[in-house]
Amino acid sequence: MAAIISSFGKRQARRRPTTEPVFIRWLLIGVALAFLGVFLVVPLVTVFVKAFSKGVGYYFHTLADPITLASIKLTFIAAAIAVPLNCIFGVAAAWAVTKFDFRWKNFLITLIDLPFSVSPVISGMIFVLVFGAQGIVGRILVNSDPANPVTMSDWMLDHGIRIIFAVPGIVLATMFVTFPFVARELIPLMQAQGRNEEEAARTLGARGWQTFWRVTLPNIKWGLLYGVILCNARAMGEFGAVSVVSGHIRGHTNTMPLHIQVLNDSYDAAGAFAVASLLTFLALVTIVLKAWVESKGATLRPSEEKH
Amino acid sequence: MATSQLGAKKFRVLPGFRLTLGFTLLYLGLIVLIPLAATVWKTTTLTWQQFWQTVTSPFALAAFKLSFGVSFLAAIVNLVFGLLVAWVLVRYQFWGKRVMDALVDLPFALPTAVAGIALSSLYAENGWIGRWFTPFGIKISYTWLGIFVALTFIGLPFVVRTVQPVLEDLDMEVEEAAASLGANRWKTFRRVIIPMLFPSLLTGFALAFARALGEYGSVVFISNQQPGQGQIVPMLIMQELDQFDYAKATALAMVMLVISFLLLLAINLLQWRASRHH
Repeated sequence: MAAIISSFGKRQARRRPTTEPVFIRWLLIGVALAFLGVFLVVPLVTVFVKAFSKGVGYYFHTLADPITLASIKLTFIAAAIAVPLNCIFGVAAAWAVTKFDFRWKNFLITLIDLPFSVSPVISGMIFVLVFGAQGIVGRILVNSDPANPVTMSDWMLDHGIRIIFAVPGIVLATMFVTFPFVARELIPLMQAQGRNEEEAARTLGARGWQTFWRVTLPNIKWGLLYGVILCNARAMGEFGAVSVVSGHIRGHTNTMPLHIQVLNDSYDAAGAFAVASLLTFLALVTIVLKAWVESKGATLRPSEEKH
Repeated sequence: MATSQLGAKKFRVLPGFRLTLGFTLLYLGLIVLIPLAATVWKTTTLTWQQFWQTVTSPFALAAFKLSFGVSFLAAIVNLVFGLLVAWVLVRYQFWGKRVMDALVDLPFALPTAVAGIALSSLYAENGWIGRWFTPFGIKISYTWLGIFVALTFIGLPFVVRTVQPVLEDLDMEVEEAAASLGANRWKTFRRVIIPMLFPSLLTGFALAFARALGEYGSVVFISNQQPGQGQIVPMLIMQELDQFDYAKATALAMVMLVISFLLLLAINLLQWRASRHH
Protein backbone atom coordinates (compact mmCIF):
# COMPACT_ATOMS: atom_id res chain seq x y z
CA MET A 1 0.00 0.00 0.00
CA ALA A 2 2.78 2.36 0.99
CA ALA A 3 4.47 1.71 -2.34
CA ILE A 4 1.36 2.67 -4.26
CA ILE A 5 0.88 5.85 -2.29
CA SER A 6 4.53 6.95 -2.61
CA SER A 7 4.58 6.23 -6.33
CA PHE A 8 1.70 8.61 -6.73
CA GLY A 9 3.96 11.31 -5.29
CA LYS A 10 3.19 14.16 -2.97
CA ARG A 11 1.00 15.93 -5.46
CA GLN A 12 -1.38 12.99 -5.16
CA ALA A 13 -2.06 13.87 -1.55
CA ARG A 14 -5.77 13.48 -2.14
CA ARG A 15 -6.66 9.83 -2.48
CA ARG A 16 -8.55 8.49 -5.46
CA PRO A 17 -12.30 8.70 -4.99
CA THR A 18 -12.74 4.94 -5.34
CA THR A 19 -10.68 3.89 -2.37
CA GLU A 20 -10.71 4.41 1.35
CA PRO A 21 -8.49 6.53 3.63
CA VAL A 22 -5.29 4.74 4.65
CA PHE A 23 -6.27 4.22 8.28
CA ILE A 24 -9.59 2.64 7.25
CA ARG A 25 -7.74 0.33 4.89
CA TRP A 26 -5.32 -0.76 7.58
CA LEU A 27 -8.15 -1.13 10.07
CA LEU A 28 -10.11 -3.41 7.72
CA ILE A 29 -7.04 -5.47 6.84
CA GLY A 30 -6.22 -5.73 10.55
CA VAL A 31 -9.69 -6.89 11.55
CA ALA A 32 -9.84 -9.41 8.69
CA LEU A 33 -6.42 -10.80 9.59
CA ALA A 34 -7.34 -10.98 13.27
CA PHE A 35 -10.58 -12.81 12.48
CA LEU A 36 -8.87 -15.35 10.22
CA GLY A 37 -5.99 -15.65 12.66
CA VAL A 38 -8.24 -16.53 15.59
CA PHE A 39 -10.59 -18.77 13.61
CA LEU A 40 -8.15 -20.52 11.25
CA VAL A 41 -4.51 -20.17 12.26
CA VAL A 42 -4.86 -20.71 16.01
CA PRO A 43 -6.80 -24.02 15.63
CA LEU A 44 -4.18 -25.22 13.12
CA VAL A 45 -1.35 -24.44 15.53
CA THR A 46 -3.27 -26.07 18.40
CA VAL A 47 -3.50 -29.38 16.55
CA PHE A 48 0.25 -29.68 16.14
CA VAL A 49 1.15 -28.35 19.61
CA LYS A 50 -1.29 -30.75 21.32
CA ALA A 51 -0.18 -33.64 19.12
CA PHE A 52 3.34 -33.32 20.51
CA SER A 53 2.25 -32.38 24.05
CA LYS A 54 3.40 -35.75 25.39
CA GLY A 55 6.57 -35.74 23.36
CA VAL A 56 7.67 -37.02 20.00
CA GLY A 57 7.91 -40.57 21.36
CA TYR A 58 4.25 -40.68 22.32
CA TYR A 59 3.29 -39.16 18.98
CA PHE A 60 4.91 -41.95 17.01
CA HIS A 61 3.78 -44.52 19.55
CA THR A 62 0.15 -43.52 18.81
CA LEU A 63 0.66 -43.54 15.06
CA ALA A 64 2.38 -46.92 15.09
CA ASP A 65 -0.40 -48.48 17.16
CA PRO A 66 -2.05 -51.31 15.17
CA ILE A 67 -5.52 -49.85 15.78
CA THR A 68 -4.40 -46.45 14.46
CA LEU A 69 -2.79 -48.12 11.47
CA ALA A 70 -6.01 -50.06 10.80
CA SER A 71 -7.98 -46.78 10.85
CA ILE A 72 -5.52 -45.19 8.42
CA LYS A 73 -5.82 -48.21 6.14
CA LEU A 74 -9.62 -48.12 6.20
CA THR A 75 -9.64 -44.38 5.44
CA PHE A 76 -7.45 -45.02 2.40
CA ILE A 77 -9.58 -47.97 1.25
CA ALA A 78 -12.78 -45.93 1.42
CA ALA A 79 -11.20 -43.05 -0.49
CA ALA A 80 -9.56 -45.42 -3.00
CA ILE A 81 -12.97 -46.79 -3.95
CA ALA A 82 -15.14 -43.69 -3.65
CA VAL A 83 -12.88 -41.18 -5.40
CA PRO A 84 -12.27 -43.09 -8.68
CA LEU A 85 -15.93 -44.09 -8.97
CA ASN A 86 -17.12 -40.53 -8.39
CA CYS A 87 -14.47 -39.36 -10.82
CA ILE A 88 -15.77 -41.65 -13.59
CA PHE A 89 -19.31 -40.61 -12.74
CA GLY A 90 -18.32 -36.94 -12.82
CA VAL A 91 -16.78 -37.21 -16.29
CA ALA A 92 -19.73 -39.22 -17.65
CA ALA A 93 -22.32 -36.87 -16.15
CA ALA A 94 -20.47 -33.77 -17.38
CA TRP A 95 -20.18 -35.28 -20.88
CA ALA A 96 -23.89 -36.13 -21.00
CA VAL A 97 -24.97 -32.78 -19.64
CA THR A 98 -22.65 -30.48 -21.60
CA LYS A 99 -22.30 -32.22 -24.97
CA PHE A 100 -26.00 -32.90 -25.53
CA ASP A 101 -29.30 -31.13 -25.14
CA PHE A 102 -32.17 -32.92 -23.56
CA ARG A 103 -35.20 -32.18 -21.46
CA TRP A 104 -34.92 -32.16 -17.66
CA LYS A 105 -31.21 -31.31 -17.94
CA ASN A 106 -31.28 -28.63 -15.25
CA PHE A 107 -33.31 -30.92 -13.02
CA LEU A 108 -30.65 -33.60 -13.46
CA ILE A 109 -27.93 -31.12 -12.45
CA THR A 110 -29.93 -30.24 -9.33
CA LEU A 111 -30.25 -33.94 -8.47
CA ILE A 112 -26.49 -34.39 -8.82
CA ASP A 113 -26.02 -31.57 -6.29
CA LEU A 114 -28.46 -33.13 -3.86
CA PRO A 115 -25.99 -34.92 -1.55
CA PHE A 116 -24.41 -31.55 -0.67
CA SER A 117 -27.60 -30.39 0.97
CA VAL A 118 -28.17 -33.54 3.00
CA SER A 119 -26.85 -33.54 6.56
CA PRO A 120 -24.00 -36.07 7.01
CA VAL A 121 -25.92 -37.93 9.71
CA ILE A 122 -28.89 -38.33 7.36
CA SER A 123 -26.53 -39.42 4.57
CA GLY A 124 -25.43 -42.31 6.75
CA MET A 125 -28.93 -43.02 7.98
CA ILE A 126 -30.39 -43.61 4.51
CA PHE A 127 -27.99 -46.53 4.00
CA VAL A 128 -28.99 -48.01 7.36
CA LEU A 129 -32.62 -47.83 6.22
CA VAL A 130 -31.78 -49.62 2.97
CA PHE A 131 -29.21 -52.19 4.04
CA GLY A 132 -29.70 -52.44 7.82
CA ALA A 133 -31.09 -55.49 9.61
CA GLN A 134 -34.66 -54.21 9.28
CA GLY A 135 -33.92 -52.37 6.08
CA ILE A 136 -35.66 -52.55 2.75
CA VAL A 137 -33.13 -54.86 1.10
CA GLY A 138 -33.09 -57.10 4.17
CA ARG A 139 -36.81 -57.76 3.87
CA ILE A 140 -36.68 -59.03 0.30
CA LEU A 141 -37.47 -62.75 0.15
CA VAL A 142 -34.81 -64.79 -1.57
CA ASN A 143 -36.78 -68.02 -1.88
CA SER A 144 -40.32 -68.72 -3.02
CA ASP A 145 -41.29 -71.12 -0.26
CA PRO A 146 -44.19 -69.54 1.62
CA ALA A 147 -43.90 -72.04 4.47
CA ASN A 148 -40.28 -71.21 5.18
CA PRO A 149 -39.54 -67.69 4.00
CA VAL A 150 -35.88 -66.71 3.87
CA THR A 151 -35.26 -63.00 3.79
CA MET A 152 -32.29 -61.26 2.27
CA SER A 153 -31.02 -60.35 5.73
CA ASP A 154 -31.12 -64.05 6.82
CA TRP A 155 -29.33 -65.00 3.63
CA MET A 156 -26.68 -62.35 4.13
CA LEU A 157 -26.21 -63.42 7.75
CA ASP A 158 -25.72 -67.05 6.64
CA HIS A 159 -23.15 -66.03 4.08
CA GLY A 160 -21.33 -63.65 6.40
CA ILE A 161 -22.08 -60.61 4.28
CA ARG A 162 -22.40 -57.41 6.24
CA ILE A 163 -22.96 -53.98 4.75
CA ILE A 164 -24.03 -51.81 7.66
CA PHE A 165 -21.62 -51.64 10.61
CA ALA A 166 -18.99 -52.96 8.21
CA VAL A 167 -16.63 -51.72 5.51
CA PRO A 168 -19.12 -51.73 2.56
CA GLY A 169 -21.42 -49.36 4.46
CA ILE A 170 -18.51 -47.01 5.11
CA VAL A 171 -17.60 -47.03 1.44
CA LEU A 172 -21.22 -46.38 0.39
CA ALA A 173 -21.62 -43.49 2.84
CA THR A 174 -18.32 -42.00 1.63
CA MET A 175 -19.47 -42.34 -1.98
CA PHE A 176 -22.71 -40.53 -1.16
CA VAL A 177 -21.17 -37.54 0.59
CA THR A 178 -18.49 -37.06 -2.08
CA PHE A 179 -20.84 -37.80 -4.97
CA PRO A 180 -21.11 -34.32 -6.59
CA PHE A 181 -17.54 -33.02 -6.25
CA VAL A 182 -16.05 -33.96 -9.63
CA ALA A 183 -19.27 -33.50 -11.59
CA ARG A 184 -19.88 -29.99 -10.31
CA GLU A 185 -16.33 -28.87 -11.13
CA LEU A 186 -16.52 -30.30 -14.66
CA ILE A 187 -20.02 -29.24 -15.68
CA PRO A 188 -19.42 -25.44 -15.66
CA LEU A 189 -15.94 -25.91 -17.13
CA MET A 190 -17.09 -28.10 -20.05
CA GLN A 191 -20.11 -25.87 -20.57
CA ALA A 192 -17.79 -22.90 -21.04
CA GLN A 193 -15.52 -24.85 -23.39
CA GLY A 194 -18.39 -25.79 -25.68
CA ARG A 195 -18.54 -28.58 -28.22
CA ASN A 196 -16.61 -27.17 -31.18
CA GLU A 197 -13.29 -28.92 -30.57
CA GLU A 198 -14.88 -32.33 -30.16
CA GLU A 199 -17.06 -31.79 -33.20
CA ALA A 200 -14.01 -30.78 -35.24
CA ALA A 201 -12.17 -33.91 -34.11
CA ARG A 202 -15.11 -36.05 -35.16
CA THR A 203 -15.34 -34.34 -38.52
CA LEU A 204 -11.65 -35.04 -39.05
CA GLY A 205 -12.34 -38.71 -38.49
CA ALA A 206 -11.49 -39.29 -34.83
CA ARG A 207 -13.41 -42.06 -33.14
CA GLY A 208 -15.41 -41.39 -29.99
CA TRP A 209 -12.84 -42.52 -27.46
CA GLN A 210 -10.05 -40.89 -29.42
CA THR A 211 -11.94 -37.61 -29.25
CA PHE A 212 -12.30 -37.98 -25.51
CA TRP A 213 -8.69 -38.94 -24.75
CA ARG A 214 -7.01 -36.59 -27.20
CA VAL A 215 -9.27 -33.54 -27.14
CA THR A 216 -11.56 -33.45 -24.12
CA LEU A 217 -9.31 -34.86 -21.42
CA PRO A 218 -6.39 -32.46 -22.04
CA ASN A 219 -8.87 -29.60 -21.90
CA ILE A 220 -10.44 -30.63 -18.61
CA LYS A 221 -7.45 -32.14 -16.81
CA TRP A 222 -6.98 -29.25 -14.36
CA GLY A 223 -10.65 -29.05 -13.56
CA LEU A 224 -10.72 -32.80 -13.10
CA LEU A 225 -7.71 -32.69 -10.79
CA TYR A 226 -9.35 -29.89 -8.83
CA GLY A 227 -12.50 -31.95 -8.33
CA VAL A 228 -10.51 -35.04 -7.38
CA ILE A 229 -8.52 -33.11 -4.76
CA LEU A 230 -11.67 -31.78 -3.10
CA CYS A 231 -13.41 -35.14 -3.40
CA ASN A 232 -10.48 -36.91 -1.77
CA ALA A 233 -10.24 -34.42 1.10
CA ARG A 234 -13.88 -34.93 1.94
CA ALA A 235 -13.69 -38.72 1.48
CA MET A 236 -10.84 -39.02 3.96
CA GLY A 237 -12.29 -36.56 6.42
CA GLU A 238 -15.96 -37.53 6.50
CA PHE A 239 -17.21 -38.06 10.02
CA GLY A 240 -21.00 -37.93 10.49
CA ALA A 241 -22.14 -40.21 7.66
CA VAL A 242 -19.43 -42.76 8.34
CA SER A 243 -20.13 -42.62 12.06
CA VAL A 244 -23.73 -43.79 11.51
CA VAL A 245 -22.82 -46.84 9.42
CA SER A 246 -19.57 -47.75 11.14
CA GLY A 247 -20.61 -49.60 14.28
CA HIS A 248 -17.36 -48.36 15.87
CA ILE A 249 -15.53 -51.66 16.03
CA ARG A 250 -11.98 -50.68 16.96
CA GLY A 251 -9.41 -51.84 14.49
CA HIS A 252 -12.08 -52.91 12.00
CA THR A 253 -14.68 -50.28 11.17
CA ASN A 254 -13.13 -47.08 12.48
CA THR A 255 -11.74 -44.60 10.00
CA MET A 256 -9.24 -41.95 11.09
CA PRO A 257 -11.87 -39.34 12.01
CA LEU A 258 -13.76 -41.96 14.04
CA HIS A 259 -10.55 -43.09 15.70
CA ILE A 260 -9.96 -39.47 16.77
CA GLN A 261 -13.29 -39.59 18.56
CA VAL A 262 -12.46 -42.92 20.24
CA LEU A 263 -9.13 -41.58 21.52
CA ASN A 264 -10.69 -38.30 22.60
CA ASP A 265 -13.48 -40.09 24.48
CA SER A 266 -10.92 -42.21 26.32
CA TYR A 267 -9.18 -39.03 27.53
CA ASP A 268 -6.15 -39.58 25.31
CA ALA A 269 -6.04 -36.02 23.99
CA ALA A 270 -2.42 -36.26 22.79
CA GLY A 271 -3.28 -39.43 20.87
CA ALA A 272 -6.42 -37.89 19.35
CA PHE A 273 -4.43 -34.85 18.22
CA ALA A 274 -1.65 -37.06 16.85
CA VAL A 275 -4.13 -38.73 14.49
CA ALA A 276 -5.74 -35.34 13.86
CA SER A 277 -2.34 -33.93 12.85
CA LEU A 278 -2.19 -36.39 9.95
CA LEU A 279 -5.57 -35.25 8.68
CA THR A 280 -4.58 -31.61 9.23
CA PHE A 281 -1.47 -32.20 7.15
CA LEU A 282 -3.72 -33.66 4.45
CA ALA A 283 -5.95 -30.57 4.64
CA LEU A 284 -2.93 -28.28 4.25
CA VAL A 285 -1.71 -30.28 1.25
CA THR A 286 -5.23 -30.03 -0.15
CA ILE A 287 -5.42 -26.24 0.06
CA VAL A 288 -1.90 -25.82 -1.35
CA LEU A 289 -2.76 -28.12 -4.30
CA LYS A 290 -6.07 -26.32 -4.73
CA ALA A 291 -4.34 -22.92 -4.88
CA TRP A 292 -1.77 -24.36 -7.30
CA VAL A 293 -4.42 -25.76 -9.64
CA GLU A 294 -6.32 -22.46 -9.47
CA SER A 295 -3.13 -20.60 -10.37
CA LYS A 296 -2.95 -22.74 -13.51
CA GLY A 297 -6.01 -20.74 -14.46
CA ALA A 298 -7.45 -23.72 -16.24
CA THR A 299 -10.41 -24.03 -13.92
CA LEU A 300 -13.26 -21.65 -13.77
CA ARG A 301 -13.15 -19.98 -10.44
CA PRO A 302 -16.19 -21.58 -8.80
CA SER A 303 -18.52 -18.70 -8.16
CA GLU A 304 -20.13 -20.72 -5.46
CA GLU A 305 -18.92 -23.82 -3.75
CA LYS A 306 -20.96 -26.21 -1.77
CA HIS A 307 -19.15 -28.68 0.33
CA MET B 1 -35.67 -44.42 -19.94
CA ALA B 2 -36.50 -41.40 -22.03
CA THR B 3 -33.11 -41.68 -23.71
CA SER B 4 -34.20 -43.47 -26.84
CA GLN B 5 -37.15 -41.24 -27.49
CA LEU B 6 -35.04 -38.12 -27.04
CA GLY B 7 -32.00 -39.56 -28.75
CA ALA B 8 -33.87 -40.23 -31.96
CA LYS B 9 -34.96 -36.64 -32.27
CA LYS B 10 -31.95 -35.31 -34.07
CA PHE B 11 -28.64 -36.38 -35.47
CA ARG B 12 -25.82 -36.06 -32.96
CA VAL B 13 -22.26 -35.38 -34.02
CA LEU B 14 -20.75 -36.46 -30.72
CA PRO B 15 -21.01 -40.04 -29.52
CA GLY B 16 -21.71 -41.47 -26.12
CA PHE B 17 -25.05 -39.91 -25.25
CA ARG B 18 -26.71 -43.16 -24.26
CA LEU B 19 -23.62 -44.51 -22.52
CA THR B 20 -22.90 -41.44 -20.41
CA LEU B 21 -26.49 -40.51 -19.60
CA GLY B 22 -27.30 -44.13 -18.88
CA PHE B 23 -24.37 -44.48 -16.51
CA THR B 24 -25.17 -41.13 -14.90
CA LEU B 25 -28.77 -42.12 -14.23
CA LEU B 26 -27.82 -45.60 -13.00
CA TYR B 27 -25.16 -44.36 -10.60
CA LEU B 28 -27.31 -41.45 -9.43
CA GLY B 29 -30.19 -43.84 -8.84
CA LEU B 30 -28.17 -46.43 -6.94
CA ILE B 31 -26.16 -44.10 -4.73
CA VAL B 32 -28.50 -41.16 -4.20
CA LEU B 33 -32.09 -41.53 -5.35
CA ILE B 34 -33.00 -45.03 -4.18
CA PRO B 35 -31.56 -44.59 -0.66
CA LEU B 36 -33.25 -41.19 -0.35
CA ALA B 37 -36.53 -42.59 -1.65
CA ALA B 38 -36.24 -45.38 0.91
CA THR B 39 -36.10 -42.76 3.65
CA VAL B 40 -39.22 -41.06 2.35
CA TRP B 41 -40.92 -44.44 2.08
CA LYS B 42 -39.93 -45.29 5.64
CA THR B 43 -41.63 -42.09 6.82
CA THR B 44 -44.89 -43.24 5.29
CA THR B 45 -44.91 -46.21 7.68
CA LEU B 46 -45.40 -43.72 10.51
CA THR B 47 -48.86 -42.48 11.33
CA TRP B 48 -49.32 -38.73 11.21
CA GLN B 49 -49.77 -38.74 14.99
CA GLN B 50 -46.50 -40.61 15.59
CA PHE B 51 -44.71 -38.25 13.25
CA TRP B 52 -46.14 -35.16 14.93
CA GLN B 53 -45.37 -36.48 18.42
CA THR B 54 -41.77 -37.17 17.46
CA VAL B 55 -41.04 -33.82 15.89
CA THR B 56 -42.82 -31.82 18.61
CA SER B 57 -41.44 -33.67 21.63
CA PRO B 58 -39.71 -31.31 24.10
CA PHE B 59 -36.24 -32.62 23.18
CA ALA B 60 -36.95 -32.30 19.47
CA LEU B 61 -38.28 -28.74 19.86
CA ALA B 62 -35.24 -27.79 21.95
CA ALA B 63 -32.97 -29.29 19.28
CA PHE B 64 -34.73 -27.45 16.44
CA LYS B 65 -34.55 -24.20 18.38
CA LEU B 66 -30.84 -24.64 19.10
CA SER B 67 -30.03 -25.76 15.53
CA PHE B 68 -31.85 -22.89 13.85
CA GLY B 69 -30.89 -20.21 16.36
CA VAL B 70 -27.19 -20.95 16.50
CA SER B 71 -26.89 -21.69 12.74
CA PHE B 72 -28.55 -18.35 12.04
CA LEU B 73 -26.22 -16.46 14.37
CA ALA B 74 -23.17 -18.22 12.91
CA ALA B 75 -24.33 -17.41 9.36
CA ILE B 76 -24.81 -13.73 10.34
CA VAL B 77 -21.24 -13.56 11.70
CA ASN B 78 -20.03 -15.22 8.50
CA LEU B 79 -22.00 -12.71 6.44
CA VAL B 80 -20.36 -9.71 8.10
CA PHE B 81 -16.82 -11.08 8.30
CA GLY B 82 -17.10 -12.89 4.97
CA LEU B 83 -17.85 -9.58 3.25
CA LEU B 84 -14.97 -7.95 5.11
CA VAL B 85 -12.50 -10.70 4.17
CA ALA B 86 -13.66 -10.73 0.53
CA TRP B 87 -13.37 -6.93 0.37
CA VAL B 88 -9.87 -6.91 1.83
CA LEU B 89 -8.74 -9.74 -0.49
CA VAL B 90 -10.09 -8.08 -3.64
CA ARG B 91 -9.45 -4.39 -3.02
CA TYR B 92 -6.23 -4.13 -1.00
CA GLN B 93 -2.63 -5.21 -1.43
CA PHE B 94 -0.77 -6.42 1.61
CA TRP B 95 1.88 -8.89 2.63
CA GLY B 96 0.62 -12.44 3.08
CA LYS B 97 -2.51 -11.91 1.00
CA ARG B 98 -2.11 -15.06 -1.11
CA VAL B 99 -1.62 -17.23 1.96
CA MET B 100 -4.70 -15.67 3.53
CA ASP B 101 -6.69 -16.29 0.35
CA ALA B 102 -5.72 -19.97 0.28
CA LEU B 103 -6.30 -20.35 4.03
CA VAL B 104 -9.94 -19.29 3.71
CA ASP B 105 -10.61 -22.75 2.24
CA LEU B 106 -9.30 -24.49 5.36
CA PRO B 107 -12.76 -25.24 6.82
CA PHE B 108 -13.64 -27.00 3.54
CA ALA B 109 -10.49 -29.10 3.64
CA LEU B 110 -10.13 -29.78 7.36
CA PRO B 111 -12.10 -32.82 8.54
CA THR B 112 -14.87 -31.76 10.88
CA ALA B 113 -13.67 -34.07 13.66
CA VAL B 114 -10.31 -32.29 13.65
CA ALA B 115 -12.00 -28.90 13.77
CA GLY B 116 -14.16 -30.22 16.62
CA ILE B 117 -11.35 -31.37 18.92
CA ALA B 118 -9.16 -28.35 18.11
CA LEU B 119 -11.92 -25.84 18.86
CA SER B 120 -13.18 -27.64 21.96
CA SER B 121 -9.66 -27.67 23.40
CA LEU B 122 -9.03 -24.00 22.46
CA TYR B 123 -12.26 -22.74 23.96
CA ALA B 124 -12.23 -24.95 27.08
CA GLU B 125 -12.01 -23.20 30.47
CA ASN B 126 -8.23 -23.58 30.55
CA GLY B 127 -7.75 -23.47 26.76
CA TRP B 128 -5.67 -20.87 24.93
CA ILE B 129 -8.72 -18.77 24.08
CA GLY B 130 -11.24 -20.00 26.66
CA ARG B 131 -9.07 -18.92 29.62
CA TRP B 132 -9.51 -15.26 28.68
CA PHE B 133 -13.26 -15.63 29.11
CA THR B 134 -13.20 -17.73 32.30
CA PRO B 135 -12.59 -14.74 34.65
CA PHE B 136 -15.82 -13.21 33.36
CA GLY B 137 -17.72 -16.40 34.08
CA ILE B 138 -18.17 -17.13 30.37
CA LYS B 139 -17.85 -20.76 29.39
CA ILE B 140 -17.58 -21.45 25.67
CA SER B 141 -16.80 -25.14 25.14
CA TYR B 142 -19.67 -27.38 26.27
CA THR B 143 -22.22 -24.54 26.09
CA TRP B 144 -24.20 -23.14 23.15
CA LEU B 145 -21.39 -20.63 22.60
CA GLY B 146 -19.08 -23.53 21.69
CA ILE B 147 -21.59 -24.78 19.11
CA PHE B 148 -21.75 -21.22 17.76
CA VAL B 149 -17.94 -21.12 17.41
CA ALA B 150 -17.87 -24.49 15.60
CA LEU B 151 -20.67 -23.52 13.20
CA THR B 152 -19.00 -20.18 12.49
CA PHE B 153 -15.77 -22.03 11.66
CA ILE B 154 -17.32 -24.49 9.22
CA GLY B 155 -19.39 -21.82 7.45
CA LEU B 156 -16.56 -19.32 7.14
CA PRO B 157 -15.58 -19.82 3.46
CA PHE B 158 -19.07 -19.61 1.93
CA VAL B 159 -19.73 -15.86 1.96
CA VAL B 160 -16.10 -15.07 1.07
CA ARG B 161 -16.18 -17.40 -1.93
CA THR B 162 -19.55 -16.23 -3.23
CA VAL B 163 -18.84 -12.50 -2.83
CA GLN B 164 -15.20 -12.50 -3.99
CA PRO B 165 -15.78 -13.19 -7.73
CA VAL B 166 -18.67 -10.70 -7.90
CA LEU B 167 -16.56 -8.04 -6.22
CA GLU B 168 -13.71 -8.75 -8.66
CA ASP B 169 -16.03 -8.18 -11.63
CA LEU B 170 -17.58 -5.03 -10.19
CA ASP B 171 -17.19 -2.09 -12.52
CA MET B 172 -15.12 0.70 -10.98
CA GLU B 173 -16.87 3.23 -13.23
CA VAL B 174 -20.03 2.95 -11.17
CA GLU B 175 -18.14 3.90 -8.04
CA GLU B 176 -16.41 6.73 -9.88
CA ALA B 177 -19.77 7.98 -11.04
CA ALA B 178 -21.11 7.86 -7.49
CA ALA B 179 -18.07 9.78 -6.26
CA SER B 180 -18.33 12.40 -9.00
CA LEU B 181 -21.96 12.90 -8.13
CA GLY B 182 -20.86 13.82 -4.64
CA ALA B 183 -21.40 10.62 -2.69
CA ASN B 184 -18.78 9.99 -0.04
CA ARG B 185 -17.10 6.62 0.25
CA TRP B 186 -19.44 5.27 2.93
CA LYS B 187 -22.50 6.34 1.02
CA THR B 188 -21.14 4.76 -2.18
CA PHE B 189 -20.52 1.55 -0.29
CA ARG B 190 -23.95 1.54 1.29
CA ARG B 191 -26.01 2.69 -1.68
CA VAL B 192 -24.04 1.39 -4.67
CA ILE B 193 -21.74 -1.48 -3.75
CA ILE B 194 -23.92 -3.34 -1.22
CA PRO B 195 -26.97 -3.50 -3.54
CA MET B 196 -24.79 -4.96 -6.30
CA LEU B 197 -23.33 -7.53 -3.94
CA PHE B 198 -26.67 -8.33 -2.36
CA PRO B 199 -27.57 -11.52 -4.32
CA SER B 200 -24.15 -13.04 -3.70
CA LEU B 201 -24.25 -12.05 -0.02
CA LEU B 202 -27.63 -13.70 0.36
CA THR B 203 -26.46 -16.83 -1.47
CA GLY B 204 -23.37 -17.10 0.73
CA PHE B 205 -25.48 -16.58 3.82
CA ALA B 206 -27.94 -19.29 2.75
CA LEU B 207 -25.12 -21.73 1.96
CA ALA B 208 -23.46 -21.13 5.33
CA PHE B 209 -26.81 -21.47 7.11
CA ALA B 210 -27.66 -24.72 5.27
CA ARG B 211 -24.25 -26.15 6.01
CA ALA B 212 -24.51 -25.22 9.69
CA LEU B 213 -27.95 -26.83 10.00
CA GLY B 214 -26.63 -30.20 8.87
CA GLU B 215 -23.29 -30.08 10.65
CA TYR B 216 -22.50 -32.87 13.07
CA GLY B 217 -18.78 -33.70 13.26
CA SER B 218 -17.40 -30.52 14.75
CA VAL B 219 -20.34 -29.86 17.07
CA VAL B 220 -20.33 -33.27 18.73
CA PHE B 221 -16.91 -32.56 20.24
CA ILE B 222 -17.63 -29.08 21.57
CA SER B 223 -21.16 -29.67 22.88
CA ASN B 224 -22.07 -31.11 26.28
CA GLN B 225 -24.47 -33.44 24.41
CA GLN B 226 -27.20 -32.97 27.03
CA PRO B 227 -30.61 -33.77 25.51
CA GLY B 228 -32.78 -30.67 25.45
CA GLN B 229 -29.83 -28.42 26.11
CA GLY B 230 -26.72 -29.11 24.04
CA GLN B 231 -28.21 -31.23 21.28
CA ILE B 232 -28.64 -29.96 17.75
CA VAL B 233 -30.97 -31.89 15.43
CA PRO B 234 -28.33 -34.12 13.76
CA MET B 235 -27.16 -35.15 17.25
CA LEU B 236 -30.72 -36.04 18.24
CA ILE B 237 -31.08 -38.12 15.05
CA MET B 238 -27.82 -39.85 15.91
CA GLN B 239 -29.10 -40.63 19.40
CA GLU B 240 -32.30 -42.19 18.02
CA LEU B 241 -30.22 -44.25 15.57
CA ASP B 242 -27.98 -45.47 18.39
CA GLN B 243 -31.11 -46.68 20.17
CA PHE B 244 -32.29 -48.36 16.95
CA ASP B 245 -35.39 -46.16 16.97
CA TYR B 246 -35.38 -45.73 13.20
CA ALA B 247 -38.95 -44.41 13.03
CA LYS B 248 -38.14 -41.42 15.23
CA ALA B 249 -34.84 -40.80 13.46
CA THR B 250 -36.59 -40.89 10.10
CA ALA B 251 -39.29 -38.45 11.20
CA LEU B 252 -36.69 -35.93 12.36
CA ALA B 253 -34.60 -36.52 9.23
CA MET B 254 -37.63 -35.88 7.03
CA VAL B 255 -38.12 -32.44 8.55
CA MET B 256 -34.45 -31.61 8.04
CA LEU B 257 -34.49 -32.95 4.46
CA VAL B 258 -37.52 -30.84 3.53
CA ILE B 259 -35.93 -27.73 5.04
CA SER B 260 -32.61 -28.27 3.29
CA PHE B 261 -34.34 -28.89 -0.06
CA LEU B 262 -36.28 -25.66 0.37
CA LEU B 263 -33.00 -23.89 1.10
CA LEU B 264 -31.39 -25.51 -1.96
CA LEU B 265 -34.32 -24.34 -4.05
CA ALA B 266 -34.03 -20.81 -2.68
CA ILE B 267 -30.27 -20.76 -3.37
CA ASN B 268 -30.74 -21.97 -6.96
CA LEU B 269 -33.47 -19.40 -7.50
CA LEU B 270 -31.21 -16.65 -6.14
CA GLN B 271 -28.39 -17.68 -8.44
CA TRP B 272 -30.67 -17.93 -11.43
CA ARG B 273 -31.96 -14.42 -10.75
CA ALA B 274 -28.44 -13.11 -10.18
CA SER B 275 -27.20 -14.58 -13.46
CA ARG B 276 -30.13 -13.05 -15.34
CA HIS B 277 -29.25 -9.61 -13.99
CA HIS B 278 -25.72 -9.78 -15.40
